Amino acid sequence: MRTDPHLFKQGEAIQNYEQKELMTSGHLACPGCGGALAMRMALKELGEDLVVVIPACCWAVIPGPFPYSNMKVPLMHTAFETTGAVISGVRAALDIQGKTETQVMGWAGDGGTFDIGLQALSAAAERNENVIYVCYDNEAYMNTGIQRSSATPEYTWTTTTPTEFPEASPKKNIDRIMAAHAIPYMATTSPAYPHDLMAKFKKAKEIKGFRFIHILASCTAGWKIDSARSIEVMRLATETNAFPIYEVEDGEKYTINIEPKGLPINDYLKLQGRFRHMNDQQRESTQRSVTKNWEWIKKQASNS
Amino acid sequence: MSKKEVLMGNHATSYGVQLARTQVIAAYPITPQTQIVEELSEICARGDLDAKFIKVESEHSAMAATIAASKAGARAFTATSSQGLALMHELLFWAAYGRCPIVLCNVNRAMAPGWSIWSDQTDSLAQRDTGWIQIYCETNQEVLDNMIMAFKLAETVNLPVMVVYDAFILSHTYEPVEIPDISEVDKFLPPFKPKYKLDPSAPYTFDPLCTPDNYMEFRHIMEEAHEGTKKAYLDVAKDFSKRFKRKYGILELIDAEDADILLVTSGSMTSTTRVAVQQLRKQGEKVGICKLRMFRPFPTEALKDAIGNLNGGHRIEKIAVLDRNISHGGGGIWSKEIKGALFGMSTAPKVFSYHLGLGGRDITPDTIKEAYEHVKNNDQPKETVWIGLKR
Ligand SMILES: Cc1ncc(C[n+]2csc(CCOP(=O)(O)OP(=O)(O)O)c2C)c(N)n1
Ligand SMILES: [Mg+2]
Repeated sequence: MRTDPHLFKQGEAIQNYEQKELMTSGHLACPGCGGALAMRMALKELGEDLVVVIPACCWAVIPGPFPYSNMKVPLMHTAFETTGAVISGVRAALDIQGKTETQVMGWAGDGGTFDIGLQALSAAAERNENVIYVCYDNEAYMNTGIQRSSATPEYTWTTTTPTEFPEASPKKNIDRIMAAHAIPYMATTSPAYPHDLMAKFKKAKEIKGFRFIHILASCTAGWKIDSARSIEVMRLATETNAFPIYEVEDGEKYTINIEPKGLPINDYLKLQGRFRHMNDQQRESTQRSVTKNWEWIKKQASNS
Repeated sequence: MSKKEVLMGNHATSYGVQLARTQVIAAYPITPQTQIVEELSEICARGDLDAKFIKVESEHSAMAATIAASKAGARAFTATSSQGLALMHELLFWAAYGRCPIVLCNVNRAMAPGWSIWSDQTDSLAQRDTGWIQIYCETNQEVLDNMIMAFKLAETVNLPVMVVYDAFILSHTYEPVEIPDISEVDKFLPPFKPKYKLDPSAPYTFDPLCTPDNYMEFRHIMEEAHEGTKKAYLDVAKDFSKRFKRKYGILELIDAEDADILLVTSGSMTSTTRVAVQQLRKQGEKVGICKLRMFRPFPTEALKDAIGNLNGGHRIEKIAVLDRNISHGGGGIWSKEIKGALFGMSTAPKVFSYHLGLGGRDITPDTIKEAYEHVKNNDQPKETVWIGLKR
């Protein structure tokens, strides 16, 4: 089963989509930044009746310094580890003022989600706060100059995991952690699949309670890729099962939204400088682990 | 109609928060603060207060959620003690620099290790530089009244206010407290109407990246707000006293008119000092009290004025600052502030410093008298003197 890609046709330019543009040009993201693309698409679907909360991460810089902003929705910046608590506080204040229909979205990086913000995130999910929490995952602390996070895949080069001692542990599986909170909606998506990404925000908007959306977000500087190939690399992440696109409702109903081609993992690895040092053994090991994860997801989906 | 009840300090806080019609509360349990939020949960459950209560997983999140609620236009409150306040440290800056008019109640409790739940001001005084207004209370009546005034003050100057009082000595001790009628409080404290808030119909960006081109100006604007706070507190207190017949200032002088020596106090030790001073006066000692209510902004001018402008130009020879706190390597925190404030004043008294009551050790009238004997019998202040130390 797939989410209906009804919003616009695959391959059609996003500019043609009629929704309002709530993120303007003039922002400070690097060319080819997956995180910037993702925000633009998400805002188109969420609309203007929205409050956005952003902790320390690249996105704390992207909207521009005071007195500039590229956002046409109210935006609150906050401390690195606080997103879960802050969206809860905004929700409570809006509710007590009768603005129960206004959406509240937290937008944090992988460091702010998998690591330092996990406690506040888990608490907000456990309370089933009526908010959307987005993690745009570029698989390292990029804002501070490419240090590893617990979202960094095994064997990756970062500035704290040099090629002689590359990342030693596999990527933390935040999706299973969030699904285990039995929240109404948990989804993964990627700007390489705009129809899927936007359909998921559209769906999330209709759901009450805690919604967690995990977006793969390429980083040209951190992944050491050509900015022109940013989308291609993110697409390969899904085609090779490195980043499966699926959703989980109420912690138990699994649906695979993008059926991957199941390409060899090396198709994804070889385009990125951060994996260049990997040897055959490491590639094979990575192949085994992505396959295993994919089989597990398939099993959940077929049991749902 | 106001009514009189016998309340513990913590419940005085809860009633103050209720009377202020607080809209969002986010808090986490810690002794000796816990009863504040327990009682508030009851008050909300009874329907006596229409507020959202977020049961967060830490004090760090309590402060974060309180800030967020304030930014989104709600009157917001939290309460904590020691370890919890220390955990909030980063967010205390976010609250103040973000100009959130929120109110926090801190029940003074000693910092660990070793684990101590007893009274000691080091927890709140250590947050000196976070940009918060700090107000210290002597009685449970002061607690309730200052809780209500704190919201008005915060919303007047757009700065967060910390209302502070001693663990157990006030928090768990019952005293008669007059509880104002809520309709009267409504007239004193109208609903919170911030000029800017998170509102989709006017989409502003709050607290973004700030380059060296602007950062300093924000600090300067906020410093002006702090300076203005002293007068703002007096205005708020004046309005309060008109309506509720209880007077508050940023500091208070007791028996100072003809005194040679002033004991400088804060918090509940003031009451003990009153007893000691009465006894000393009976013995003919010329001793008085300067009770400080406000720690930030520091009442420099008020202090100079109080000490320098006594009737007939009477001059205070010595002051003894009683510090239930310690900045290791720096001494008593109130002492340092007072020395800084009086420096360069031609008529400045000699400032003697005393550590006492740390970690909840009892402060009795005898403790105070011991400090008095010391200051009386010494000509020049040397290093800080420890009262009641076991050797
Ligand atoms: C408490 C705290 N620790 C560290 C930092 C420094 N810091 C700012 S952004 C960042 C990394 C953010 O990484 P991530 O959440 O993955 O977002 P990205 O920059 O990769 O988009 C760090 C470590 C901080 N702002 N606050
Ligand atoms: Mg990152």
